[in-house]
Amino acid sequence: MKLYNRGIILAGIVIFLIAASFPFWYGKGRAVSPPDLKLDTPAIERLQEKLCMEPAPFMRANHMRLLNDWRDSVVREGKRTYTAADGKIYEISLTGTCLKCHSNKDQFCDRCHDYAGAKPACWNCHIIPGEVR
Amino acid sequence: MAPTRRKFLQIAGIAAAGLVFPPLAKVLDSAQRPGTPTTAGLPPSVANTGSPLMAKRWAMVAIAGKCPSGCKDCIDACHRTHNVPDFGNKKDDVHWIGAEKMTHVFPAETHPRMPESIRDLSVPVFCNHCENPPCVRVCPTQATFKRADGIVMMDYHRCIGCRFCMAACPYGSRSMNYRDPRPFIPKTDPAFPTRTKGVVEKCNFCEERLAQGILPACVTACKEKALVFGDLDNPGSDVRRLLNEKYSLRRRADLGTGPQIYYIL
Repeated sequence: MKLYNRGIILAGIVIFLIAASFPFWYGKGRAVSPPDLKLDTPAIERLQEKLCMEPAPFMRANHMRLLNDWRDSVVREGKRTYTAADGKIYEISLTGTCLKCHSNKDQFCDRCHDYAGAKPACWNCHIIPGEVR
Repeated sequence: MAPTRRKFLQIAGIAAAGLVFPPLAKVLDSAQRPGTPTTAGLPPSVANTGSPLMAKRWAMVAIAGKCPSGCKDCIDACHRTHNVPDFGNKKDDVHWIGAEKMTHVFPAETHPRMPESIRDLSVPVFCNHCENPPCVRVCPTQATFKRADGIVMMDYHRCIGCRFCMAACPYGSRSMNYRDPRPFIPKTDPAFPTRTKGVVEKCNFCEERLAQGILPACVTACKEKALVFGDLDNPGSDVRRLLNEKYSLRRRADLGTGPQIYYIL
């Protein structure tokens, strides 16, 4: 079998493989440390028991689903309170309830979202306290 | 197993009895439904918001004759409360309440020989929270929907900005955010979200205030008490009292949308 323009084709394949695999070997061995989330806001410092509404592992894994449920619950069903697993009742509000404790959005929400490459659109409309003109 | 003749007749009989005694069914139904939510047992942060105002059918009566010319109190209060942007030009205009000339609001009900005092009246115009809302029919994502209490709501999370609703609404009650509204909000109220570029917005009958037990911002802002808000299904409500006493108009009621803003001159 004869391969025409063998040199160009093989060189092209090699360049393609190097370029396509670049992210894998370039980042190898250079672990990006996971973000360090700040939980030392004044509101959290004041809490006697430093607990979120639900256990932290649940919140870490499911906060996005919880927020989606909250959104539909308030907007579409008009239900404005949330009963946590321990029976405590919370007002459903991103700005009013979540951000009341986690008032450091750039050190709490953003750090992890940037790390994970998540781009939630919450703040296009919802207001970050302290950033109001 | 196929149902026997005896079983079929039994079921048919029970169903017929259910039709004959609808009041009984209603009583049972209402017993199952949760009543007015109470704030008892809630933590103070939730309880101090007051018990929500509930109705079977929210409606508003606008006594346009009481509106002083040039008064924009209701508009300003609404737009301040809901972070409505002011783009400063008519093309991009976003409004929840507007003020229009009587002859423009009621073109079929006015004529050139009417007294000037009526023709030049400035009439506040709102979303009519229609009984049969065309905007809800055309919305491809169900971002706009009608609640059980009659409020036609927008779910800004779902709006894709197609503007079908704007084409469908015969009242021009809907506005599109062609640009990012945030820089154009005179003073942002942190208690209410803003909108974003590419969504349609409109009056929501202040459902967020009703949930806290407060009347709509336009109603409380009106010094002339020209806006009356209440439950149309409650014969004792202020709106029903007014509609019983005076002749009232609705905008383009002939279209069959069933508008729920009633105008008294």
